[in-house]
Amino acid sequence: MTALDTTNNALLQGFRTQQIADRAFRGLTFLCAIIVLLTLGAILVALAWGSLPAFRAFHFDFFTRSVWNPVTVQFGAVAAIYGTLTTSAIAILIGVPVSFGIALFLSELAPLWLRRPIGTAIELLAAVPSIIYGMWGLFVFAPFFSQHYQPWMSAYLGPIPVIGQLFQGPPLGIGIFTAGVILAIMIVPFISSVIRDVFQTVPAVMRESAYSIGCSTWEVVWNILLPYTRTSIIGAIMLGLGRALGETMAVTFVIGNAHKISASLFMPGATISSTIANEFTEAVGDVYYSSLIALGLTLFVVTMAVLTLAKLMLLRLELRLRG
Amino acid sequence: MFKGFSLVAFLCAAILSIASASAATISGAGATFPYPIYAKWADAYKEKTGVALNYQSIGSGGGIKQIKDKTVDFGASDMPLKPDDLDKAGLVQFPMVMGGVVPVINVKGINAGDMKLTPQILADIYLGKITKWNDAAITKLNPNLTLPDATINVVHRSDGSGTSFIFTHYLSQVSPEWQSKVGENTSVEWPVGVGGKGNEGVAAYTKQLDGSIGYVEYAYALQNKLANTLLQNSAGTFVAPSSESFQAAAANADWEHAPGLYLLLTNQPGEKSWPITGATYILMYKSQDKPDIGAEVLKFFNWSYLNGGDMAAELNYVPMPKAVIELVRGLWSKEIKGSDGKPIFDATVADGEK
Repeated sequence: MTALDTTNNALLQGFRTQQIADRAFRGLTFLCAIIVLLTLGAILVALAWGSLPAFRAFHFDFFTRSVWNPVTVQFGAVAAIYGTLTTSAIAILIGVPVSFGIALFLSELAPLWLRRPIGTAIELLAAVPSIIYGMWGLFVFAPFFSQHYQPWMSAYLGPIPVIGQLFQGPPLGIGIFTAGVILAIMIVPFISSVIRDVFQTVPAVMRESAYSIGCSTWEVVWNILLPYTRTSIIGAIMLGLGRALGETMAVTFVIGNAHKISASLFMPGATISSTIANEFTEAVGDVYYSSLIALGLTLFVVTMAVLTLAKLMLLRLELRLRG
Repeated sequence: MFKGFSLVAFLCAAILSIASASAATISGAGATFPYPIYAKWADAYKEKTGVALNYQSIGSGGGIKQIKDKTVDFGASDMPLKPDDLDKAGLVQFPMVMGGVVPVINVKGINAGDMKLTPQILADIYLGKITKWNDAAITKLNPNLTLPDATINVVHRSDGSGTSFIFTHYLSQVSPEWQSKVGENTSVEWPVGVGGKGNEGVAAYTKQLDGSIGYVEYAYALQNKLANTLLQNSAGTFVAPSSESFQAAAANADWEHAPGLYLLLTNQPGEKSWPITGATYILMYKSQDKPDIGAEVLKFFNWSYLNGGDMAAELNYVPMPKAVIELVRGLWSKEIKGSDGKPIFDATVADGEK
């Protein structure tokens, strides 16, 4: 009798400690998750607090003016926002189709023995520090681009009405367009390796049934792979876009750093992060310093807005397809 | 290998700190331009005295901020503080070492020292008023050069820097239009051109863009073998950048009558003076809370003034002229005092001890 009691007690004890451990573990993971939220909130508050003097001086004008003059202490974010959005747009326009091709080739078309080496090479490309891209862009790509491609683009794309303006101007090799190209190269590894991975999650049965009823590779990709992996692909593009919006060093090297909005993509410009990287160390005076922090806040908001917009688009797509 | 090295370094440091109780670390922060020479001086000084210098080259703006927050023993800035600001903050400043800013060009067939420029032409190029290399103003001044019908690509610094401050200050002095339209600062709103990050960035852009003009520290022009121009100084002569012409500018400057030693060496009188010369400054508190450490700082700078000239020249910096050094050493005992009102360091007494 007593022997049974003790075993029961021991069992009960065991349950209790297990319960406590479970609860402690849950608390711990919750803490980890909440730390992220707290940090995000703290950053936002610190940025908002730091940018108060700038907003007090310029009010909403900060977001409508393109002037950036440390001498007369007049600052506006428009040129930097324009540069950030334009370079990221160029990066996405070039980067997404290329990444798509890479992923398609690796998951569908490449012979098996080739998949692993190319896949590894792409992952290695993702690990290259951004300053290396910047130096390569400045010392290798920019001179090459200005001598071989830029004159050609100016000659053939320049005369086209409306969009031709984007490709006119002196072949400097550095500027908004070059920054966009470098960003494209930087985000390709991220986007392509994610897309390749999600392509591989498509069940073989679906692929094989499509092929068995006589679909071409293109039809399989368009009608089977894409609809099945749509959400993840948009997620991958967002990952790349997020990186392009915030990239600092590589862009600073090749964008030419002029606080101007030019019609031509070949002219120098500036992004939010490149401006901060360039000027933060020597920013003397409250308003100047605070304007740079306000730029940081702007980047924070722009990035959030772009990502939210993407999420909303995704949601609408989902609803439309379901309904 | 690094492990072994750091272990040895650690042991050395430990032994040193035991051996001499007075061995201390002095800390400073600020300008990036003089960092190499401060590091070199600090190395040699540590070997001699055991006193180490911890210098963070975070930029002049950061240096001013840190000394005002009293997180460092001295601040360093390429842009001297105006006498009013200096008094308000209770600081003293003195020039430590000099350098020259040099216009460099990349035009096919034109070598270093071939092209003459006047201050007016330089300002007009940076204002975007002269846009071609064969502009009448340039060809008239350089009749023996064949200049191409090419666009001038203007290159400037993209980051805030003392170099830009010295350069824009010079342009403001020689061109009223520059002064009213652009002005002077560590970074300004450039009317034209592309911005390179750091001296190395400007050097790289200038090298790559055909028909470009930029401005860099003298040492970078030498290292990158960029073609410098001759520049007309305030006496009307065309001078080449060199240690001698930088020193001439400093020697001709009137330091004695400059309150707070606030003196910018641009456009100085004298036939041999290079017009775009600048000194980099040290900032310290007049009233030292910790006189021992303040004295250590001054001892270091005193030693550097007296023994560091050759080291500075090796790195293409220009040592301060003798007269200026004597002036500064006199200023220390007059102005930098402990909380008891006594000077914390007397340079003449220190000489006697040697």
